[in-house]
Amino acid sequence: MSRDLPIIKVDRTIELEHAVVDGVDISGHWNRMFSDRSTTALPTEAMDWITSLDGGESLRDCYQCGKCVPVCPVQHVGDYGPRKLNSKVIRGNNLMDDPDLWLCTTCGNCYRVCPKEVNPLRIMPAIREQAVLEGKIPDELSDVFRNLQKSGNPMGESPRKRIDWIAEAGVDVPIISQLGRPVDVLWYVSDYTSYHPRGKDAARAMARVMTRLGVDFAILGPEERSDGDSARLAGETGLFDLLAEQNIKAFDKYEFKRLVVMDPHAYNAFKNHYPRLGWEGEVLHYTQFLAPLVDKIEFQSSVDLDVTYHDPCYLGRNNGEYEAPRLLLQAIPGIRLAEMPHNKANGYCCGGGGGGMWLDGFVAEHVSERLSERRVREAVATVGMDGSGVLSVACPYEPSRFEDAVKSTGNDGKLAVRDIIELIDQAMQPPAN
Amino acid sequence: MDYVVLLKQVPDLAEELEIDAAGTGLDREWMSFVASEWDEYALEEALLLRDARGGTVTCLALGVAAGDVDELLATCLTRGADRVVKVGTFEHAPDSHTAAAAFAGALAHIHYDLVLTGVQAIDDLDGQVGPLVATNLGLPHVSVVTHIAVAGHGSIVTVHQEYAGGVVGEFEVQLPAVLGVQTSRETPRYAPVSRVRQLMKTATIEAMVGGEGGGSGLVVEAMTIPETGSTAEMINGSPQVIAERIAAILAERGIGSGVAR
Repeated sequence: MSRDLPIIKVDRTIELEHAVVDGVDISGHWNRMFSDRSTTALPTEAMDWITSLDGGESLRDCYQCGKCVPVCPVQHVGDYGPRKLNSKVIRGNNLMDDPDLWLCTTCGNCYRVCPKEVNPLRIMPAIREQAVLEGKIPDELSDVFRNLQKSGNPMGESPRKRIDWIAEAGVDVPIISQLGRPVDVLWYVSDYTSYHPRGKDAARAMARVMTRLGVDFAILGPEERSDGDSARLAGETGLFDLLAEQNIKAFDKYEFKRLVVMDPHAYNAFKNHYPRLGWEGEVLHYTQFLAPLVDKIEFQSSVDLDVTYHDPCYLGRNNGEYEAPRLLLQAIPGIRLAEMPHNKANGYCCGGGGGGMWLDGFVAEHVSERLSERRVREAVATVGMDGSGVLSVACPYEPSRFEDAVKSTGNDGKLAVRDIIELIDQAMQPPAN
Repeated sequence: MDYVVLLKQVPDLAEELEIDAAGTGLDREWMSFVASEWDEYALEEALLLRDARGGTVTCLALGVAAGDVDELLATCLTRGADRVVKVGTFEHAPDSHTAAAAFAGALAHIHYDLVLTGVQAIDDLDGQVGPLVATNLGLPHVSVVTHIAVAGHGSIVTVHQEYAGGVVGEFEVQLPAVLGVQTSRETPRYAPVSRVRQLMKTATIEAMVGGEGGGSGLVVEAMTIPETGSTAEMINGSPQVIAERIAAILAERGIGSGVAR
C-alpha cells in the first residue's frame, strides 16, 4: 500500500539515566515509546491473544492518537472506529462476540494515516478467522461461504452458467480450453461480472472493446472460480486457499502472457496473495491494460456527460492505481470529469469490501446509513441531479451497490452508475441517431 | 446417550442435470456433490441433543467412489461429530435396500441409543433407508419427524410428525430407535473450510466392511427428463363457473360419463 507519510522505524531505544546532547543535559523521562508498549493496569489477555495471532501483532502499537477517526468510512455512519477497537481490546474484549468485528470493510484508509502502522487489513482477518473456526459467523455471510465452497461463486450459481453472458455480447468470446493455443491475454471475468445482471453489462462491453482493439484474448469459462479475496478478508482463509488452488490449477493448464481482471479484489488476490500459493505472473486491472491502448480506441460518438469517478479501495488506495481509470475517462469524447471531495488515496469506501458485500443486513443494524448511500450523496453533490451526471466505477461490486443506493436515497433517475468500460463501449458505438 | 447419524452425498442441483449416453443414469462430467440436505438436518439435531445432554455423535457414510465421502465425513467432524466411519466400498451410490443392509451391518459393531438419518434424499425420494435399517435391526422407527426430545432418563424420545391441515402428532418411542428427520430446529451450522482442510489432513476416518447382500432387485431401464406440457389451462371465475368448466372438460374426454348425477 502507498502511504502519504514518512515512517520512522525505530527497533529499539535505550533510555539513558543521564543523557547529554551537544552539551545540554536532557536527562529525564521520555514521553515517547518506540518499542513494545503494554498497559498493565488493565487485563492483558485479550490484547495478548490478538497480538499472538498471525496478522494481529500491530494492534498493540496503537497509541490512541485518533488520526484514523476522521478517515474511517464506517465511523462516519456509526459508533465503530479503528481507535475504538484498540480501546475495547485494552479493556479485555477480544472482539469475538462484538459486532465491530464484522463492520470493518478493510478499506485501508486508517492504515494510510496511522503513524504506528496499525493494520486492520491484517488484524481483522486474523480475528475473524478465529471467529469463523468457532462458528461465530453472521448467517448471511455463512450462506455466501457455503456458495463459494460449493459452486465457486457467491451466488451459488452453476459454474457452467458462468459463460451465459456471452450469448448477448455480440462478439465471439473464446474459451481457452476450446481454443487450444496460447493467447496474449487471459481475461479473468470474475463473479459479479459473470453472473449479476448489471455486472454482465460490463463483461459484454469489455468483450466488444477488446474485440475491436484486436486483442488476442480468451477466458477460462466454467473453469474460472471466485478469486476468494473477500472471503479471505472475512476470515475464511481455508476457503480462500481452496479457491486459489482451483484457479491456479486452471492458470497452470494454459499459456498466456498476461492476466487481465475486471475486479480489483481479484487483482489484489492474484498480485499480492497468489504468489505465496504458487502462482506468479503479470496481472493488470482492465483499466491498466486499456490505458496504454487509449490512442488506438476509435471513438465514434460523444457521450456528453458530467462524470465523477469512485476509486475502488483495492485498485486505488490498497494498490496505488489512480491514473489509469482517469486517463481512460478523460479520453472519452464529451465527458467532463469532476472529482468528489473524497478521491484517490482518501477515496470513500462503498462498503462492499472485506465481506461487507455479503453483510448488508448485519451491517445495517449498526450504521445510520450504508456507505454506498453516503457515497451516492457525495456523487450527486458533485455531478448534479439533472440526470446527466454519472458515477463511474471500475469494480464489479459497484453497479448494483450504487444503483440500489441511488434508489434508496431518493435519487432514482437523477444519477446514473456506469462502469468505465460501459462508457468506453458506448462512445465506440456510432451515435444513436 | 450415543447418537449415530447416517449420511450421504447427492448431486448438487446448482448444475442442470443431464442424462448420460446410456440413458440410464446422470451424466457425471459436470456433476458435483453436496451433503444431502435432510442428512444435514439429522446431524444438526444429533449435535444439539448431544450438546444439551452429553454423549457422543458418530457419523456413518457409505464409501461411494463418486463424490468425496472423506470430505463429507471431515465436514461432520468440523461440525462437532466425535467419530466418523466409512462403510464398505461402492462404485456408485447403491439403492436403499443395499445401503440399509450395509448401515445395519456396521451398526452391529457400534453402540447407539438413537439412529438418525434424513427422511429422504433428492436422488431417490423413496424415504426407505430409515425404515429398512430399523427393520434389519428390529428397532422401532418414525419418519418425517421434527422436535426430537429425549425423555424418561434417556430411555425414550418424543418426536413430532406434521400432517396436512396444520395438525401435529406427537410420538413416544422406546430407545434404541431409528428416526427419519424432516428438519432441524436450527439451521445446520457452517463448517469452516479452514477447519475441514485441517481435518482432512489429520483426522481419522475409520473404515468398516459392508455392502454385501441386500439389493432391491430393481434395475433402472431408462431415465428421461420429464416433458413439459404446453396444454395447461388456467380456469378462472366463480366456483360455479370453474365447476362447470371442469365438468365440461371431463365430459369432452369421456371421463365420468355414465356416473349418476
